[in-house]
Formats: sequence, C-alpha cells, structure tokens
Amino acid sequence: MPADFLFWAAPQSREVHLERLTKFFASRWGIILVGAIIGILGPMLQKLGNPPNMGICVACFERDIAGALGLHRANVVQYIRPEIIGFVLGSMAAALLFREFKARAGSAPIVRFVLGAFAMIGALVFLGCPWRAGFRLAGGDLTALVGILGLVGGIGTGVWFLRSGYSLGRSQKTYSAVGWILPLLMVGLLLLAIFKPVFSEGGPIFFSESGPGSLHAPLLASLGIGLLIGFLAQRTRFCTMGAVRDVILMKDFHLLSGFGALLVFAFLTNLLLDQFKLGYTAMPIAHSNLVWNILGMLLAGLAYTLAGGCPGRQLFLAGEGDGDSAIFVLGMITGAGIAHNFNLAAKADAMVDGVLKVGGPSTFGMVAVILGLVVCLAIGFTMRQKA
Amino acid sequence: MTTTVDARGLSCPQPVILAQKAIANGKFPVEVLVDTVTSRENVRRMAEQLGCKVSITQQEDEFKLVIAK
Repeated sequence: MPADFLFWAAPQSREVHLERLTKFFASRWGIILVGAIIGILGPMLQKLGNPPNMGICVACFERDIAGALGLHRANVVQYIRPEIIGFVLGSMAAALLFREFKARAGSAPIVRFVLGAFAMIGALVFLGCPWRAGFRLAGGDLTALVGILGLVGGIGTGVWFLRSGYSLGRSQKTYSAVGWILPLLMVGLLLLAIFKPVFSEGGPIFFSESGPGSLHAPLLASLGIGLLIGFLAQRTRFCTMGAVRDVILMKDFHLLSGFGALLVFAFLTNLLLDQFKLGYTAMPIAHSNLVWNILGMLLAGLAYTLAGGCPGRQLFLAGEGDGDSAIFVLGMITGAGIAHNFNLAAKADAMVDGVLKVGGPSTFGMVAVILGLVVCLAIGFTMRQKA
Repeated sequence: MTTTVDARGLSCPQPVILAQKAIANGKFPVEVLVDTVTSRENVRRMAEQLGCKVSITQQEDEFKLVIAK
C-alpha cells in the first residue's frame, strides 16, 4: 500500500526501513507506481528534447551510443545517451544500498551475445524496443500495436521453449570486479559524453547534427531521470518482456500491471503535453510495413525471452553485477553496428511530395530477420535440459 | 518426503518453473534453493498464489524456501 511510505516517520533502524521498502517495491502497488513514474518521465524527456515517441528506447539509445563510438556511420543516429548510463548506474546504486549487488557470470555468455545482437536487429527492423513500443502507442502510433502483436508471438514462442526445459545453464558467483566492468564502461561513456573529445579529424566521438540523434534532452536531465528509473526498476524488477511472459507462463499479472501503468500514464502525459497524435502511417520514426513490424518484434521478443529479460531489464541486471546480462548488452550494441553498417535497419515512412512512401527494411534486413529467427529457434531447440 | 529443487544460478523464470513443477508433483514439503532476492520473491509469490505456505531462511547469500501445503 502507498501508506507504507509513512514508515519514514517511525524511529526504526536502517535495516528495518530497507526491508519495508523492499516489501513495498515487491508489491503490486510498488510496480504500478514505478510503471507510472516511467510513463510520466518518458514523454517529459520528449518535451525536454528527446525524439518524438522516443522518450526512452533502450534499443534506439544503445544504437545511438554505437554510432557515437563510430561502430556504425549512420550520421543521423549518433549520440551518447545518458539514459542508458543512468539505467546501469542507478540500478547499481540500488543494488549496493540494498546489499543485492552480486557478481555472477558464466551462463552461456556467447549465446547471450548472439541473442543480444539479433534482438537489436529485430528491434531496428521494427524501430524500437518494447519500451518504445509502449511510448509509441501512448503517443497515438497505431503501428506499435502491430509490433506488440509480434512481440507477444515471440515471447509466446520463448515460453514454449522454457516449458520444454530450455535453459542456458547456471551462472556462478564470481569476483566482484566482474560485476563492475559494465558499470565502469558506463562511467567511461559518461566522461566521453561530457568532454566530447575528438580522437582524429573526422573521427569519433560522433554527435549527430540532424535526425533523431541530434534530438536530446539536456545531459543532466537525461542522466538524472535514467538514474532514478534505474534505481526504481532494480527494486521492482520492472521488465517489459517479463510482463507478457509471466501472463502466458503462469497467469501472473504482476509485471504486466507495471507496463500497463506505463502505458496509461504515458498516454495521459502525452495528452497534457499536447504530444498525442493518432495515426497509422507516417508516424514519427516509425514505418507502417505490417509484415516487418510483426516479424522484427517477433525476433526481438523471442531473443529477449531466451535471454531472460527485455533490453531495459538486461541493463538493470548488469548494474547489479550480472556479467551475462552485460554480455547481452554488448551484443546489442554490436548488433546495432551490424544493423546500420549492413543496411539491415528499417527506414521510417516518408512523405515525398505529399505522397506516402511506406518504409521498412531492405532485402538484407528481411534476410537478417529470417536468419535471426532460425538461429533463435536452433538455440531454443538445442539448449534444453531433460527434466 | 521432502522434494528439493536447486535453482541456484538459474535465470528468471526457471526457478519459478522448477518450483511450480515440484509443487504440482504434490510431494510436500518442497525445498527450493535460490541465490537472488528476485528469484526468492518470484518463487514466494507463485507459491502463495497457489495457496501454499512459504517459510524462508537465509544462509549467507543464498535462500532456502520451504513450501508447504
């Protein structure tokens, strides 16, 4: 219950306070509150400068980071997004404060890397991760519904594998230093974002001068909001893939109530900020190619499920010391480089002389999605433990 | 007759699936070993939703959940 917040007034020890906070965050009200906060902050980030219907998009923002580092040269999507840095460091702060930081690794890292790469390719064929699918829908972009349909299909397929014994095996407890690597990489990225060094003429760090990469909230706002969301999401285990998975797997609506709150509050905030625009074609940084919206998200959803978390959740897990999630994150960033270098990412709808030009992936992108599905199915079928 | 499920090191949602299978087998009490707070809370929530009683003990940084009907 929200009334649990009143406990701060009581003169009790720190341990008792933390334990009660943990209970609150684990409760239905906790996850709903956090979903609502994310739902409000996303559209506010757009108001502050982030791209339209892209208050927060973990996939897009990791792609922008890949671009800033020169891992791809699509010059409209290059920026070191402080939200991503905040997600990892905020989660780490929460994990350290609540003594949940625990370095662990060794559960099929190479498979997680491949799943991350294909998850990103699928996401960039749809043009967003599940977080952005939510923010697109809450901004009136009906193509997001199609993507969510694909996402549910992908997660459902993953659940089938989980039920039939799919497992990437156990992780092992390991040296604390292992858990610090991704958080420290994020600190390094933050320094690059602040000092913007130029490493060679015409070289990185790249910052887009036009396109979505040039649209961003002030660094401190992005970082602060990222840290806050990272902290809260670590406490509540907020996960957009888990939201759907748990309903299919065991009719557990706990995580879904968080994602539902995100949708409702993002919709209301968009109305208030005059950012809601209903439509199906030529929506901001989106395409209306039905088949590839579905298949892109189908691939991404399957990859998230086989890897045990949506792109956001993988960042939060990496922040609490999970080295395997960190590998998934690096796989996604690599996948973003591949997606743009090899022309796999979809193009958005465009209006050319008043005529709609429907976007979507190139033939290469289509082949990559099919290849990704084949690889994910092979992983699912071949990595099952007999009960 | 105790059933023991060792779900340490397994990622979400495998601890829940394994515990659920053990509960469905009906050999109580079911002991579940996990090593993250996330898994502890997920298994506890699932078991309580199935109408079971759950008691939790902590051993260093691992948890033992004893699930009874």
